[in-house]
Amino acid sequence: MEVVFEPEFRRLEDALKRLRQDANAKAVFLIDKNGQHIAAAGETEEFDSTSLASLTAGNVAATDGLAKLIGEREFSVLFHEGQRDHIHISIVARRAILLVIFDERSSLGLVRLRVKRASVELKKVFDEMDRKAIPEEGVTEPSPFSEITDEDIDALFSE
Amino acid sequence: MTFINYAAKEINCKIVYYGPGLGGKTTNLQYIYNKTAPDRKGKMISLATEADRTLFFDFLPLDLGSIRGFTTRFHLYTVPGQVFYDASRKLILKGVDGVIFVADSQRERMEANVESIRNLESNLRDHGFDLKTVPSALQFNKRDLPNAMPVDEMYRMLNYKREPTFEAVAVQGVGVFDTLKAVAKQILVELRKR
Repeated sequence: MEVVFEPEFRRLEDALKRLRQDANAKAVFLIDKNGQHIAAAGETEEFDSTSLASLTAGNVAATDGLAKLIGEREFSVLFHEGQRDHIHISIVARRAILLVIFDERSSLGLVRLRVKRASVELKKVFDEMDRKAIPEEGVTEPSPFSEITDEDIDALFSE
Repeated sequence: MTFINYAAKEINCKIVYYGPGLGGKTTNLQYIYNKTAPDRKGKMISLATEADRTLFFDFLPLDLGSIRGFTTRFHLYTVPGQVFYDASRKLILKGVDGVIFVADSQRERMEANVESIRNLESNLRDHGFDLKTVPSALQFNKRDLPNAMPVDEMYRMLNYKREPTFEAVAVQGVGVFDTLKAVAKQILVELRKR
């Protein structure tokens, strides 16, 4: 189970906003390797973020499979060049995918440079999330889901 | 892997439809897509060949409403059923929360069903999952066909761990939502235990 709390979520968002600005990108998305959308910044309403997350994760998974077939651990960067818009995909902290959409206002070189810097910051946040995932000794925080009732679950399907 | 975002108040879960080729996995998703209100679903994506066979996966995001203030989303995926797409099938199981096995009821497809369950078991194991503990349901599809095998005989051959089992005619929608609900419930019950 992957859990993200408010402070880390804000830090992830801030890092993405900075990256979008520094790289002059249209939009940036952070996606988990299983295809779940985590956070985004920029002109995101222009894109279907759920579909984008699922297809990007599929793309990365397929490319990972290719890498292993030829004896590589992973291909850490993917680049798709379109006529107007381009996509830069990279792996962050071995568990998340950073997707940058940019056009002629930016360049591949600039995006690569800024992505490297942002990845360091994002990795710090993921490390913090990992640290929080391990409960401190003697401290047990009850999950809000421990009180889910059968009625709650049935209600989801009643509509 | 269930993804919980406390900031956005969202729970996201992944359900994978597994089974032999032409068994009706994509048809299950298409029926769910057609019968779900527009505000409750996202775009359905099908990565298929020109002959409409699943090449990589189908994907359908569903929003089931909220539970304890958290929006509950299920991401439904199908795998390509044809035997030679095994590498792709394995990729799609990554991070799965629940599995729906769609079996083809036609007698001549029983061997393919059995082989596919073994394949599911082995691919799950490669991801560190055990089919015995992963939330799952079994669907006997195509019950309307004249060569459909009797249910009790199929149950003996295919039921893995007394998982909930449903008879279905996916093209008409029979059994489609019942199967989905059975797995979604098991996933949420698991969430309660953690």
